[in-house]
Amino acid sequence: MLYALDGVCKALQGTWLSGLISRVGWIIPVLQIIHILAISSVISSVFLLNLRLIGIWGGDEAPDAASRRLLPFIWWPLPILLVTGALLITAEPARSLENPSFALKMALLAAAIGLTLLSQRLYARTPARPRTLQPASMAARGLGVASIAAWVGIVLAGRWIAYTQP
Amino acid sequence: MIFQSILQWLHDTDIATAIREGDTLFPWIECVHVLAITFVVGSIAAVDLRLLGLASRNRRVSSLNAEIVPLTWIAFAVAVASGTLLFSAKAPQYALNTAFEFKMLLLLLAGMNMAAFQLLTYRSIGLWDAATAPPLRAKLAGGISLFIWIGVVVCGRIIGFTMTDMPG
Repeated sequence: MLYALDGVCKALQGTWLSGLISRVGWIIPVLQIIHILAISSVISSVFLLNLRLIGIWGGDEAPDAASRRLLPFIWWPLPILLVTGALLITAEPARSLENPSFALKMALLAAAIGLTLLSQRLYARTPARPRTLQPASMAARGLGVASIAAWVGIVLAGRWIAYTQP
Repeated sequence: MIFQSILQWLHDTDIATAIREGDTLFPWIECVHVLAITFVVGSIAAVDLRLLGLASRNRRVSSLNAEIVPLTWIAFAVAVASGTLLFSAKAPQYALNTAFEFKMLLLLLAGMNMAAFQLLTYRSIGLWDAATAPPLRAKLAGGISLFIWIGVVVCGRIIGFTMTDMPG
């Protein structure tokens, strides 16, 4: 398994694209900056939406309206994150593919997408409720807290990739 | 130089020494800093896009502000506190780093832009609170803010590449 991964890393590193990205010095910082700006949209929207769904912040907007307004700012940056992330991996495959922080980040990403899809199903299609800040059920609070934790974990694991290189 | 000796004093404090010499303190504080910055930038961008008339158009500007800005200030306080700790670890080097100096300049400009918007443009909010396209002065404030905060992220990331002995 590890040998296979080593092979993938070597093959990826040997490609024309990998060579180009590593050779031209400014490409990696630019990709990282786009990656950070895209995750900024996700993180701020995840906090604003889930604090509203938990029922502790966000005031007069109904949960379904808040979901419809904020979910696009979580979903649309994802393709940008995927493309910039994939290019960064192509430049230095072993830096991430053989890195425990990267593995953790991908596991958290799967969890975060699942949790966000679940809250989308629960809230975005529900007809408008009274426009007041109502106490949410324990299950709704749990889902909100778990969503925030998963997306925050992605950012933390992402930054640790730089410090746990193989 | 008084400035130099302040930087050296900061560098020599117990906490700065612990951050500099520890294996995990710097990365963890950096994690907190990055997380806070992502919220600051994302939430300010949400307000800016509303001022530009590009997003949240059916929500009042004042409601959006009330929802977002208090949280932005909390995240900004966390970013400043964690940033100060990171700075203290290598204060003399950061002070000489061009990207760091630009980042501080941009933060100053962001503050001035915000103050001008609050003191002048926002006084007439009653006239355009629900407008899908706010007046030009408000659009300008939003556009400038968006530009400055993207610049803050750009400079922040360049610091990581231009300081010696730091991982990307």
